[in-house]
Amino acid sequence: MTALLVDTSGAPPVETVARRRGGFLGAVRRSRKAQVGLAMLFVFCVFAVVPQLFTSVRHPNDLAFAPRLPPSGAHWLGTTALGQDIWAQLVYGTRESLVIALVAGAFATLLSVVVGVSAAYLRGVGDEVLSMIINIFLVIPTFPLIIILATYAGKGTLPVVLIVLIVTGWSYGANQLRAQTLSLRNRDFLEAAKIRGERRSYVIFAEVLPTMTSLILATFLGAALYSVLTAAGLQFIGLGDPNSISWGTMLYWAQNQQALQTGTPLWSIAPGLCVALLGASFALINYAFDEISNPALRPVRGRRRRRARG
Amino acid sequence: MRYVLRRLGFFALTLWAALTLNFFLPRFMPGNPLQALRARTHGKVSPEALQQMLTSYGFKPHQNVVSQYFAYLGNMFTGHWGVSIGATLGQPVRQIIGQALPWTLGLVGVATVLAFLLGSLIGVLAGWRRGGMLDSVLPPVFVVTSALPYFWVGLLLILVFSVWTHGWLPSDFNYDTSLQPGLSPGFVGSVLQHAVLPGATILITAIGAWILTMRNNMLTTLAEDYVRMARAKGLPDRRIMFDYAARNAMLPNLAGFAMSLGFVITGSILVEYVFNYPGLGYELYNAVQNTDYPLMQALFMLFTVAVLLALLICEFAIAVLDPRSRARA
Repeated sequence: MTALLVDTSGAPPVETVARRRGGFLGAVRRSRKAQVGLAMLFVFCVFAVVPQLFTSVRHPNDLAFAPRLPPSGAHWLGTTALGQDIWAQLVYGTRESLVIALVAGAFATLLSVVVGVSAAYLRGVGDEVLSMIINIFLVIPTFPLIIILATYAGKGTLPVVLIVLIVTGWSYGANQLRAQTLSLRNRDFLEAAKIRGERRSYVIFAEVLPTMTSLILATFLGAALYSVLTAAGLQFIGLGDPNSISWGTMLYWAQNQQALQTGTPLWSIAPGLCVALLGASFALINYAFDEISNPALRPVRGRRRRRARG
Repeated sequence: MRYVLRRLGFFALTLWAALTLNFFLPRFMPGNPLQALRARTHGKVSPEALQQMLTSYGFKPHQNVVSQYFAYLGNMFTGHWGVSIGATLGQPVRQIIGQALPWTLGLVGVATVLAFLLGSLIGVLAGWRRGGMLDSVLPPVFVVTSALPYFWVGLLLILVFSVWTHGWLPSDFNYDTSLQPGLSPGFVGSVLQHAVLPGATILITAIGAWILTMRNNMLTTLAEDYVRMARAKGLPDRRIMFDYAARNAMLPNLAGFAMSLGFVITGSILVEYVFNYPGLGYELYNAVQNTDYPLMQALFMLFTVAVLLALLICEFAIAVLDPRSRARA
C-alpha cells in the first residue's frame, strides 16, 4: 500500500563500485562536491568552536557601537541599526545554527533508524501500523504544524525548537530506511546469520545497520539540512528566542528594523548567506553520497549485477 | 478496486490524524488559548460574545473532552470554522480564508507547476546528454539553489530588483492599492507585476530539486532495455528522448510532485511573509502572531487537505499512466 509513496527508482547507478573500496573516505576523495561541502562545514565548525579567534567583540548582542556604520576595518560588515557588529554576530551565531543542525539531525536520524528498521523487521500488523505512522507524518504539512506547535509551546527556547524539528523531520528518512531494510532482508548474509542462530538484535546491530551506514549518513545530512533551513525560517518570522545569538535571530531583527530599505542590507543578506552556505554544504555532501552509494535508490538490476561480480 | 479503497482509507485516516492533532495540541500544550483569548479581548467583548466565540472554537470547558472532540470534527467538515479572535476580531474564518485563497492558488500554484514543468524539461535535457555541458554545470548549481532558504532568496530579490533599482519591481502586497480591483488592464498588470518577485523566489528555490531528480530518473531509464530497443530500431533521438525515456522517467517525479507540496506550503508561508502577500501563508503568520486559534486550526486543516488532495490526484494519475503500479497494487 505504500508503493506509491516510496520513491524506489531515483538516483543513477553512478560509480557504484566506489563504495566497495575505501567507503566514506574513498567516496570523499573521489567527489569534488563532497570536498567542497566538507570544507565549508569544517570552516563553520571552527567558527562555532572558537568564535573569539575571529573577532575582538566578546558580547555581540550588546549595543556597543554607533548604529548603521558602513563596512570598515573596525567593523568588517558594518553595524546594525541597533549598534551591534554584524561580523561578530555572524561568527558567534554559527554555534547555535550548527548545534541545531547537528542535534536535531542526529536525533531525527535515530528516530528514523529505530522506526524504519523495526517496521521492516516486524512485518505484518506491526509494519502496517508503523508505515502508516511514517506515511502520515510524511504528508502532513510540517511547517504550519511547526509554527503552530512553536506558538502553543510558548515561543522558542532552543529545546522547543529542537523537539519540534525532530518530531517533524524523521519521517522521510524512516521511509527510506524501511525500504532499504526490506530489500536487505532476504540477502544471503542475513540468512546465514539466522541459520548460525544469531539473536535478532545481533543481526540488526552487527549485520544490517553496518550495511546501511551510507544511507544512514545520507539520512542524517538530509535531516540536518532540513533543520538548518526550518530553524532559520522559524527564527526569521519571530518564533525563536529574540535574545539568542544565531543567524535566524539576526534575520528576524534585520527584518524587524527594515534593514533592506534603510541602508543596512548586509545585516539581513549576510546571515541568510551563512544559512544558505551551511545548507549547501550538507546538500553537496549528500548529493555526492547519492551519486556514490545510495543503495535504496539504485535500480535493482544494477545491484544484482554488482553482487554477481563481487 | 481494493487498492482504491485502501488508498482512500489511508487518506481518510491521515486527515483524521491531522485533525485530531489539531484538536489536542492546544489542550496538551502549556499556555491556555482561553487565557490568551481573554487577555486579547479584555474589555472589548461582552462575556456572552466571548462565550459564543469559545463555543464556535469548540472550546467548552464544561463538556467532556469526547463530546467536544466530536463536535469539533463535525464543525471542521461542515465548514463551521468559527470566528477569528485575532487582529480581524469577529470576522468569520471562512471569509478570511475565502479572501486569501485565490491569491495563494494563483501565485504559489502557478509558480510551483511552472517550476515542476520547467525543471523536468531541463532535467530531461541534462540527463539525455550525460556528461555534456548542461549536465556538468547544472547539478552542482542546483544542489546549491535547492538548499537556499526561500525567504532569503526573496530578500535578495527585493534588494536587487526593488531597493537598488528604486522600486523597479514592487516588493509589497498583491496589487497597487490605489487601483480599483476589476478586470481592467491596469489592475491585471499590477497584479502580475506584484507577482513577479515572489513567483521568481518560489521558482528559483523549487526548480533545482526537479532538475536533479528528473536527470537522475532519466539516467536510470536510459539504461533500460526498451530504450536500447528503440535505438536499435533507429528511431530519431527526439522521439526516444521524449516518448520512450522521459515519459517513464516522469512517473516517480509525479509522485514526488505531490509530496513536495508540503514543502511548497512551507515556502509559500515564508515568501508571503517576506512580500506581505495576503495569501493563506500570510494569514497563518498573522494568526500565529495574534494567537488566533480558530483561524490557525482551519488553515492547518486546509493545508493538510490540499496536500492530501494533490497526492490523491497524482496517485490516480499514476495509476492511469503506469500499468505497473496497478499490477503492484
